[in-house]
Amino acid sequence: MIVELGHFCLVIACLLAVLQVAMPSIGLSRGNLLLVESARSLAAGVFVFTLFSFGALTLAFLEDDFSVAYVARNSNTLLPWPYKVSAVWGAHEGSFLLWTLVMSVWTLLVASFSKPLEQLFRARVLVVMAALGVGFYLFLLLTSNPFERSLPFFPSEGSDLNPLLQDFGLIVHPPLLYMGYVGLSVPFAFAIASLWSSQLDVSWARWSRPWTNAAWAFLTLGITLGSWWAYYELGWGGWWFWDAVENASFMPWLIATALIHSLAATEKRGVFKSWTVLLAVFGFSFSLLGAFLVRSGILTSVHAFAVDPDRGQVILAFLIVVIGGSLLLYSVRAWNLKSVVSFDRTGRENFILANNVLLTISATVILLGTLYPLAYEALTGGDKISVGPPYFNAVFVPLMLPMMVLMAFSQRSRWWSTDSSVLLKSQWPMLGASGALGAFVSWLLGGLDLWVAGVGTLAFWLVLNLIGELRRRVKGRSSPWQRLLKQPLSVWSMVLGHFGIAVVALGVVAAVMVSEETDLRMAPGDVETMGQLKISFFGTQAVEGPNYVADQGRFEIREGDELLAVLKPEKRRYLASQSVMTEADILVRFGGDIYVALGEPLSEGAWAVRIHIKPLVRFIWIGGVLIALSGFLSLLDKRYRARRATNDAKAVTETQKETVYG
Amino acid sequence: MKFGPMKAHRRTILVQIALLVALAGLALTFVLQALDSNINLFFSPIQVVAGEAPHGERIRVGGMVEEGSIERSDRSLQVEFDVTDMAGSTFRVRYTGILPDLFRAGQGVVATGVLTEDRLFEAEEILAKHDEKYMPPEVALALEAGGKAAGDGS
Repeated sequence: MIVELGHFCLVIACLLAVLQVAMPSIGLSRGNLLLVESARSLAAGVFVFTLFSFGALTLAFLEDDFSVAYVARNSNTLLPWPYKVSAVWGAHEGSFLLWTLVMSVWTLLVASFSKPLEQLFRARVLVVMAALGVGFYLFLLLTSNPFERSLPFFPSEGSDLNPLLQDFGLIVHPPLLYMGYVGLSVPFAFAIASLWSSQLDVSWARWSRPWTNAAWAFLTLGITLGSWWAYYELGWGGWWFWDAVENASFMPWLIATALIHSLAATEKRGVFKSWTVLLAVFGFSFSLLGAFLVRSGILTSVHAFAVDPDRGQVILAFLIVVIGGSLLLYSVRAWNLKSVVSFDRTGRENFILANNVLLTISATVILLGTLYPLAYEALTGGDKISVGPPYFNAVFVPLMLPMMVLMAFSQRSRWWSTDSSVLLKSQWPMLGASGALGAFVSWLLGGLDLWVAGVGTLAFWLVLNLIGELRRRVKGRSSPWQRLLKQPLSVWSMVLGHFGIAVVALGVVAAVMVSEETDLRMAPGDVETMGQLKISFFGTQAVEGPNYVADQGRFEIREGDELLAVLKPEKRRYLASQSVMTEADILVRFGGDIYVALGEPLSEGAWAVRIHIKPLVRFIWIGGVLIALSGFLSLLDKRYRARRATNDAKAVTETQKETVYG
Repeated sequence: MKFGPMKAHRRTILVQIALLVALAGLALTFVLQALDSNINLFFSPIQVVAGEAPHGERIRVGGMVEEGSIERSDRSLQVEFDVTDMAGSTFRVRYTGILPDLFRAGQGVVATGVLTEDRLFEAEEILAKHDEKYMPPEVALALEAGGKAAGDGS
């Protein structure tokens, strides 16, 4: 019964979303403010009914209602309850329900927290978001209904959630990632609304900035978590594979990163107006492309959901409508959009331009590598190829190195024009110091390596420039420390974000260049020596979990005579699905994670064992979290809080001012 | 009078655009080159057996792991198994390392590596997958191709 109710709620949510498109649109054309305002309450309605629907499916999972086909495929009575909840988004149908729920959450947030927005403009934004929502609901209801029953003959026991997904990482990774993916629909909706209303001044940029920052921060967090999860749970010890689905999340991130920078330039200086609109369109388009790649099964990927070409075609059609429609609107409305403001070669605008060019090119070459197999297949009439990680490394790394150099300089830049004495101030000493620090880190990690020292230099150079800029801000004041604490949060957010980039860069280069990896056969009693470390294997014993049995290995890690840790990696066999899974055990330390995983049992109690020593690998995720935090921090900045307090009328006059002078 | 500076301005823009196009062309050439040297063509068992797959080049192969064909070495992590399209075309794969969890006899597999002898593939990587129900599209096609060929023959 509750399942039917959930299905019914989903239909109602879809109908309400249709109304949320229709009523305000009619209101806008007839000048009926009551209809225009209905967008907000309808957004609340859509959210409530989607939440009901989502709750119903969750309940079906908790109650082990295996008459629901989706529950039977992805759950089991033995599954611990937190995983029963996360199993809701463990496969295609449920995860898309989560996607629509997240969409309704963002729509509701825009409806509730955009008071300073002009009423008519806000209604347009909500209409655009609802229109996207209608597409999602129809897709869900028509091609991927999670509430489908398999009556009258249904299994008495479910076939269990994929064991890889029975993990804390998977409870939080998809919701965060979807908050990011779907969150990009907000700047998209703002951009479309501004094209629609021909209100292409800088106000839309100002309004959409906090939303874009929030979505970008969620996306960053989602990707970081995904990478961490791949590292400890997939049993491979890698953290990034240039897999099609990873790329699908990375491309929107690159575009969104370009967007938050270009939005800043548009808001502050009125430059790059049309380009920013285009970026907002492409950011969300890349999100949809990601959904298409993951859910169509068109590319071979470790992440791919079960293949269903029909679904792929529907998403592809939706994608074409969204991109085509937006670009059409753009070409009609924004072709004569000009930025009248000029800026100097040394101005911050120019650095942001370079940032945008490099990020867009990165996204494009990754797109090329990701879609090339499809193009190749189409052109050659069915020949299948894959593009390996060497391609992505070869094109991405050369783009990121100049990026880091520019990033270091840009910290000192000012809008319009930067005095060369400011821009170049103490750059040589700082470069020298960073070179020394880079070389020192490389030496610490076990010998000079050109890559580690080089990237280390760039990372430290960036950090020194960040410190230099903070110092300049407080220089000559009576109480510099107090002054430092009084810096606006937007400044701290900028510093934190770029610092995070430096941390990630250091982690990546160390993990790639310095890590030691061996796969070997170990019998009980065997000792493997890696550098200072002795790793001894003491065989395995059988252990039992709630829904699996496992062989648990015992490894003692010694440095000299000192016992550092006992690691107990497991090889699990899940009872319901009989699938086997590796649970690695990791000793976290500064000098490098020690990662031990059991491969497969060999003869006479021996096992295939994977041992990795990865220095600084944690920096990758710590840096990622710092970058995400910087996005959230920017939301707390005073100017956003102050604006929330101002009333609509003021915002309207501001808008009019911008229209006149913009 | 008004046109003079305008024209100069336009000329600069034209030069800038030309430079940009040249630069983009150059970049594109490099990218395509990188792409070309890093693609791995896929071959099905029937193609490998027919000698259509090149030797000594990095390629990808795929099919089903033949039941009862998995042989492990007693001393190292070396493992050998047969890959088949279930329609008579079979070749051997040799791999040293840890096999993915979902690897087992009777399951689909995709391997990247080099064909060293006529029917011996030295794998550098065996593709892992998240989901047991998921069949790599290549493997599905390879099985289909094998099935079709066998069907034609009989």
